[in-house]
Amino acid sequence: MLKAQLQKARSARARSSFVLDVAIEIPSGITIVFGPSGAGKSTLLDCIAGLLKPDSGRIEIDGEVLLDVEQRIDVSPAKRKIAYVFQSLALFPHMTVEQNVAYGLAELPAPQRASRVKAMLEAFRVQQLAKRKAREISGGEQQRVALARSLATSPRVLLLDEPLTALDEGLKKSIMEDLRRWNAAQNIPILYVTHSRSEVDALGERVIVLDQGKIISTGTPHEVLDAPRRSSLAQASGFENLFSGVVTELRESDGVMRVRLVKGACEIETPLGHAAVKTAVRLAIRAGDILLATERPYGLSARNVIAGKIIALEQRGTMFVAQVAADADRAVVFTVHLTLGAKRALELDVNQPAWLVIKTHSCHVLED
Amino acid sequence: MDSLILSIRLAACVSVILLLIGTPLAYWLAYWNWRGKFLLEAIVALPLVLPPTVLGFYVLIALGPHGPIGKLSESLFHRGLAFTFSGLVFASVLYSFPFTVQPLIASFETIDRRLLDASALLGAGSFRTFAKVILPLSLPGIVTAVVLSFAHTLGEFGVVLMVGGNLPGITRTASIDIYDRVQSMEYAEANRMALVLLIISFMVLSTVYGVNRQIGRRMWASWAAR
Repeated sequence: MLKAQLQKARSARARSSFVLDVAIEIPSGITIVFGPSGAGKSTLLDCIAGLLKPDSGRIEIDGEVLLDVEQRIDVSPAKRKIAYVFQSLALFPHMTVEQNVAYGLAELPAPQRASRVKAMLEAFRVQQLAKRKAREISGGEQQRVALARSLATSPRVLLLDEPLTALDEGLKKSIMEDLRRWNAAQNIPILYVTHSRSEVDALGERVIVLDQGKIISTGTPHEVLDAPRRSSLAQASGFENLFSGVVTELRESDGVMRVRLVKGACEIETPLGHAAVKTAVRLAIRAGDILLATERPYGLSARNVIAGKIIALEQRGTMFVAQVAADADRAVVFTVHLTLGAKRALELDVNQPAWLVIKTHSCHVLED
Repeated sequence: MDSLILSIRLAACVSVILLLIGTPLAYWLAYWNWRGKFLLEAIVALPLVLPPTVLGFYVLIALGPHGPIGKLSESLFHRGLAFTFSGLVFASVLYSFPFTVQPLIASFETIDRRLLDASALLGAGSFRTFAKVILPLSLPGIVTAVVLSFAHTLGEFGVVLMVGGNLPGITRTASIDIYDRVQSMEYAEANRMALVLLIISFMVLSTVYGVNRQIGRRMWASWAAR
């Protein structure tokens, strides 16, 4: 168990000057730290690793105090036994893969060191690269070597700072599987920092959401990210549609309210929030939660049917992204995600009329 | 030829001494940030802009029988430093200081800080980090530093004249020899010596650039191609 309670003011020179102010308890297994860029995720990891000194706070692992600013305890990074894989990986470019992995094992006698290196290289499936220079291997191989190097020292905690961001999904998954297999035996706390919504879904365990230096939510990815309460989080967690609106009507018995969008003439039914009539709110809707029809649909349970016109269609990988304007001035434009098959079946084209169908509970009301 | 051998001996001594004292200083300047650092940086760079006669004058005073360093040497070794080879080495070390320290600082500063963090997190102390990570990665800077201070010392004139005078076999270096010969109209002799110095300087510099290119290509090419 890693317990940390930290406050750190960002230096005045930094881009944004917020205070990192968190208290976390991380059990063994993977915990994801999620938040937009600049939320303080890396600052948090640097403080835990001892690379940055917090202004106040306390860090302990399994009861051993690594930092207590008040009692002037500050164990150096070299003695914390915390492994940290940076976004840049920081493999030593002039050393071989083997030398990189052996770097943290200087105190072991040579035969033991060699067998540990061999075991780590095998666990992360890079044994065939042992004699290659770190700079000569591919990105995915470098990730594996970086993990093997930092875990070779049998750390008590593993910190990962967006280490897999640059990799494709298949590679990411296979590396994460190896990490999970390794941790099944070791059972240490792993803090995995990311700003990518898809990584959170893929890893799917505990999530801590950080924004402007503070924890704004914790729970499973589903609990935390599917019902965001702040717009910065909504943007970060992949809500493609964000609109400003005003509450026009509360229907408490139905558990819904109506929100008129500030621009355009659109009105949308949403679940009942804490807002009163006439208050300004933000609405977040995921592009994948909107249905698109080429004719006016009827007989639907969905309460929001909005007429519009397709103004743009763009293929992104295995998906089509449609922009649909809800009025002639294009003041309100919805982003809708479609599969390639749906686009083909509907014979969609730009300038074609379209109807958007949105379930009440797909509309999230946010606090600004 | 005596003067040339003397010059080379002087340059070699100076480069070795500078590497030994310049490396820790450059490390300190590159990685520590403190309030008065700019003053030390200015002092280190001073010989770049100071007229050699000014530097030479103060060093001569300091080395002389009434100067602090002269007195110290007198009490330790029962002899002064002015107009001796050791005095010359001392003055040249000061004069070539920036030529060693600045390339070292520059190459230390280009090393990714995360490599140093990674080394610390893997349990290495600062000495091990320096030996295993910083030194091998700043090899081009070290080669540049040594060769530049060697070449710069080889060609120095003003400081040597001020501090060393012109004693054959002791302080008469190649550049002073050339000056002497021109003064006494021995142009052919002067030309021979000048040509040798020119060729040596050119060879030294092309070695630096060539070696750095090789090291640089080996170290960074495949890395940067990603």
